[in-house]
Amino acid sequence: MGQITLQGVAKRFGEVEVIPPLDLTIEDGEFVVFVGPSGCGKSTLLRLIAGLEDVSGGRILIDGKDATDASPAKRGLAMVFQSYALYPHMSVRKNIAFPMKMAGMPKPEQDRRIEAAAKALNLTSYLDRRPGQLSGGQRQRVAIGRAIVREPSAFLFDEPLSNLDAALRVGMRLEISELHNRLKTTMIYVTHDQVEAMTMADKIVVLQAGRIEQVGSPLDLYHAPKNVFVAGFIGSPRMNLFTGAVAADYGAQTIGVRPEHIRISATTGKWQGRVGVSEHLGSDSFFYVEGTGLAETVTVRSGGEVGLRHGDTVWLTPDEGKIHKFDTNGDRI
Amino acid sequence: MARAVTRNARIGWTIAAWAVALLIFFPILYTIITSLKSEQEAIAGFDLIPSFTLESYQTVQSQNNYWRPFMNSVILSVGSTLLALVVAIPAAWAMAFSPTKRTKDILMWMLSTKMMPAVAVLVPIYLIFLRTGLMDTRIGLTILLMLINLPIVVWMLYTYFREIPGEILEAARMDGASLRDEILYVLTPMAIPGIASTLLLNIILAWNEAFWTIQLTTTKAAPLSAFIASFSSPQGLFWAKLSAASVMAIAPILVLGWFSQKQLVRGLTFGAVK
Ligand SMILES: Nc1ncnc2c1ncn2[C@@H]1O[C@H](COP(=O)(O)OP(=O)(O)OP(=O)(O)O)[C@@H](O)[C@H]1O
Ligand SMILES: [Mg+2]
Repeated sequence: MGQITLQGVAKRFGEVEVIPPLDLTIEDGEFVVFVGPSGCGKSTLLRLIAGLEDVSGGRILIDGKDATDASPAKRGLAMVFQSYALYPHMSVRKNIAFPMKMAGMPKPEQDRRIEAAAKALNLTSYLDRRPGQLSGGQRQRVAIGRAIVREPSAFLFDEPLSNLDAALRVGMRLEISELHNRLKTTMIYVTHDQVEAMTMADKIVVLQAGRIEQVGSPLDLYHAPKNVFVAGFIGSPRMNLFTGAVAADYGAQTIGVRPEHIRISATTGKWQGRVGVSEHLGSDSFFYVEGTGLAETVTVRSGGEVGLRHGDTVWLTPDEGKIHKFDTNGDRI
Repeated sequence: MARAVTRNARIGWTIAAWAVALLIFFPILYTIITSLKSEQEAIAGFDLIPSFTLESYQTVQSQNNYWRPFMNSVILSVGSTLLALVVAIPAAWAMAFSPTKRTKDILMWMLSTKMMPAVAVLVPIYLIFLRTGLMDTRIGLTILLMLINLPIVVWMLYTYFREIPGEILEAARMDGASLRDEILYVLTPMAIPGIASTLLLNIILAWNEAFWTIQLTTTKAAPLSAFIASFSSPQGLFWAKLSAASVMAIAPILVLGWFSQKQLVRGLTFGAVK
């Protein structure tokens, strides 16, 4: 079991209110991702749930029981840190065994679980090494191994992959997703990475300045962002946001169109512009179109290869059904 | 061509380094040489080849028992260091792991007490020792040496403790460790190398302390530093004996330093973070 409920949880550091009172429920078995710009309070929120920081107000319930004042040890949660935070003076085996030793688990059971975790995480041949003798990816796997052996009611991850290179990151992302499918344990995952958020999450929580902007499934956020902030934050490349006359035509303060919902043509269309920078990835092409009078540049994504070059005059046509409209408060109409 | 230049440069630097090292080491070398001369040779003038007589060592040992000041040195340096650690570990710990706005100021203030010349407080301390009956006692001197080196001990431990990443302690807490477990299984093993090098350095500092030990002892509590000094005054100019006494005083600490070089330089490699 691992249902976590935050009721009016707030955090102040001295005078600074980092997290104004917020409510959030994370269901048992869910994979929840916290995203938001740097400094918005993602780590702080995770540390409040972990018990590493004291709340300044509100209550935290774990499986319905008040855990607001419980020590981290008593909450039954496991955390994987960005810096791995392995014990440098212990072997991999001892690192993984540590939480079980603390729980007073019998030795044979400890060994059984270490073997199982090592096998699942490809660490069997490294069990007697020290963390200092491992690569970044291996260290991260040890940190995950240390978290899973105690069978916590929820896992907390704080940007666990951000110290790894791109290729390794993709591999570890899949491993963590698989782990979630296998264990069905609640996971709360903090990341900067759009792709991680979109691919791993059952539910994404978008934070800004400590406030929850929107909670929803990745596709909910993609198709129906609740406000301009979420619209601009979720999706890569970013959604195009236009204000002024074009927006007024649609009866809105701001309208948004995703790059993939704009057709680009050399002959006809709604808005005229000039190709600025273009990026060709083979599978996709991105065009940054200038001089449309809508915004400084309009990003357009086009499937496959398109024979347009720098300086070419082009016409853009938005997919009318996929235009997002926002009012003066920035809220979705 | 370029190779030759760098090679010549390397030889040049090597010679220069040896010259400087020899220059620095020369006083100690000459002390050892002089201690192996007879008194007549010692007064005769500058000479690098002694007659390798051990007579000075024998006289020093028979006239003034070496073992008594030696034991005093051991007791004072080890005692004051252990006492300093008992006080400094919790202090440095608190400052490193729960710093406040004033922590840096307190550290600076502690260190600033070391900037004051010792003579400035000679009279009050002398009087305190005299009135409280601590004059020429091991206990009095142990406490004094402890207090004198305390700022450095706190400072050193603080910098070592600061290097222990806070996230590792948090990880231990998440792993279910109680405060006792955290200290026993995580903090202490990671802090021991730092504590050990602080201990060694402080023993050396306390062993070599000469100002207070000479001022505040006569015979009973006099350590080796005072023992050397006693050869320079009452017996006139007996260079060979003075040198022999000096060699006997520095030899133990030199040996300790030699064997603990690694620890002093400190070989701890953290591998857990990044
Ligand atoms: N111990 C602290 N004392 C004072 N302010 C803090 C402390 N910890 C965090 N903050 C502030 O709280 C805010 C949120 O920090 P937090 O680390 O939660 O951000 P984050 O969303 O995790 O950012 P990032 O994506 O860069 O990791 C920041 O403005 C930060 O400066
Ligand atoms: Mg963070």
